[in-house]
Amino acid sequence: MALEKVTLGKSLTNGMRKAMDRDPKVVLIGEDIGKLGGVFRITEGLQKDFGEERVIDSPLAESGIVGTAVGMALRGYRPVCEIQFDGFVYPAFDQIVCQVAKLHARALGAVKIPMVIRIPFGGGIGSPEHHSESPEAYFAHTAGLRVVACSNPEDAHWMIQQAIECDDPVIFFEPKRRYHDRAEYDTDATSAPRGLFEANIVRPGTDVTLLGYGPVVKTMVEAAAAAEAEGTSIEVIDLRSLSPLPIDTIVESVRRTGRLVVVHEASSFLGMASEISAQVTERCFYELEAPVIRVAGANIPYPPSRMEEDFLPDLDRILDGVDRALAY
Amino acid sequence: MSDKVVAELHQPTPEVGDGGPDMIQLLTPEGQRVSHPDYDQYVADLTAEDLRSFYRDLVLIRRLDAEGYALQRQGELGLWPSLLGQEAAQVGSGRALKPHDFVFPTYREHGVGFVRGMDPQSSLQLFRGVSQGGWDPTEHNFHLYTIVIGAQTLHATGYAMGVKMDGNVGTGDPDRDTAVICYFGDGASSQGDVNEAFVYAASFDAPVVFFCQNNQWAISEPVTKQTRIPLFQRARGFGFPGVRVDGNDVLATYAVTKHCLDEARNGNGPLLIEAYTYRMGAHTTADDPTKYRVSAEVEQWKFRDPILRLKTYLAHEGMADDAFFTQVDEEADGFAAELREGCITMETMAGETMWDHVYAEDHPVMEAERAAFLAYKASFEEAN
Repeated sequence: MALEKVTLGKSLTNGMRKAMDRDPKVVLIGEDIGKLGGVFRITEGLQKDFGEERVIDSPLAESGIVGTAVGMALRGYRPVCEIQFDGFVYPAFDQIVCQVAKLHARALGAVKIPMVIRIPFGGGIGSPEHHSESPEAYFAHTAGLRVVACSNPEDAHWMIQQAIECDDPVIFFEPKRRYHDRAEYDTDATSAPRGLFEANIVRPGTDVTLLGYGPVVKTMVEAAAAAEAEGTSIEVIDLRSLSPLPIDTIVESVRRTGRLVVVHEASSFLGMASEISAQVTERCFYELEAPVIRVAGANIPYPPSRMEEDFLPDLDRILDGVDRALAY
Repeated sequence: MSDKVVAELHQPTPEVGDGGPDMIQLLTPEGQRVSHPDYDQYVADLTAEDLRSFYRDLVLIRRLDAEGYALQRQGELGLWPSLLGQEAAQVGSGRALKPHDFVFPTYREHGVGFVRGMDPQSSLQLFRGVSQGGWDPTEHNFHLYTIVIGAQTLHATGYAMGVKMDGNVGTGDPDRDTAVICYFGDGASSQGDVNEAFVYAASFDAPVVFFCQNNQWAISEPVTKQTRIPLFQRARGFGFPGVRVDGNDVLATYAVTKHCLDEARNGNGPLLIEAYTYRMGAHTTADDPTKYRVSAEVEQWKFRDPILRLKTYLAHEGMADDAFFTQVDEEADGFAAELREGCITMETMAGETMWDHVYAEDHPVMEAERAAFLAYKASFEEAN
């Protein structure tokens, strides 16, 4: 037992370090991840300890990062790619959706592509364009990929290790504005609190189910605390796995509360909330007291950072969504 | 920049259509053996029997291609990408490989697959629509066909980086040192992935040989749309050697590829080979080249036929007689009959297997959808 207060970013570093210690086939590749430790310092110290062959500073070409990682996976390695920012993943999009996602199926199971593609995502850091996006739905839409998002340090610590151990390709979203959030947990624990593809009920409640992932989870918990003061009991669920969708946990909760509010930073149109809304409606038609409410980014390109507060779902917009669900 | 330099930059090496003076050739289109100071050594050990087996490979894969074309026209294949005219490029390079080398093909390397020992049916199943590839790449160290143009060049580079990480480069142990060969075409040379692969391979000294079959046409676009300079010269800009070989000359292609693979295995990779050849047929069976190229060009290339020149050479040197050529033709007939039979009897897998290999690990959606599909199908049987 070693209770420590660790940041989300450092939890990822520690998780990768453990995975690399355990399995010599785990290699990291990305831009500036070596000496610099990545622009967010998530790989800090790893090249020093594991060498340049296992922590590979790549040329500045994202398709190359993912495409060469595919080749390494075919050779028996377990590559972990770092895409520097969400908006820079698109040059690698073809490799991800045409190759990474499909190779196992094309070979009728004869080859596996056990790779992780880490993507810092979401806004709220005051950056110029392409640095604050939420592209998760593109990947969740693609069969053959698994898509997860961590929201807190302990999950970051475990989920990155579980993603690396997974024999399928995992797109791993990291909430960049939460990298410096700290939490205390047992860093010596030998087993994960839950599976990689399970949702987590972070705060039980009875009146409304509030569902989200990544950076908005903290805001949802704050919203639930604020609502409690006004007598509303909100159940907060951290989705964690976007594909496969842990739909049973959501359905079980909605059957109890009768109301669902889904939150994400990505634009609402065909976002994760759209699919969740459809599936919940299919399965909870008679239990729903209100339509599924979406609290999401506007359907516009991500705005200039001076305006992002008006774009991102904050505590007030989440509570407004809860109020709308309760109004039925 | 001086006016002279600027003038030179604007006058790239002209392409004269025959490969030019830089092209390595050991066998002329007339079937005459010409000597080359650097590359003779790589064919010196080839026996008459080896050369006859080269000839056999060339004839059989041309027949494979003819059958693929016919099967498409008969509705047995959805599409067929022809290798007609590129037989020597594929046999020469394929035969230069060692079993433990690894191949990343495009979707046209039926000939390379054949000389690697792949079941010839393998290349038919994708185009018949019974699988999206379906073979185990590790069985013959021959990766699945890649249809997205140039995407496999990065896979080959990453694989080669892995070979190097394994320590299987430059050890001097011929059973251990491993090279990777990656096929692509003149059209692919414009793709970002190919250029990124060149950068990565160079930065990490990857033991990969990039093998560009310049067949002069990317569907309807001539190679002049892809490049101002001969493609092999591109390598220099990326910091590694490039060489142009007569891709219709099986001996030269074999020699040059053997040399480059050796270099890669010894740690001197990457390298680029441009096999100068010609796509005698259409891009695929869905294409109509009469819309965009003149028949005079095709006629001109008929004189450079890869099979005819080896046949002339073998006959002239007394290494093969009419009985041998007849025997190969007869073998090709039997081979073709087997191919046709194998193709039309190829089994289509049951619908519920579509969900089987999307993921390596259990996935709830796959299980749920498969179960729903089976229940839906069963509902018809119950109704009957």
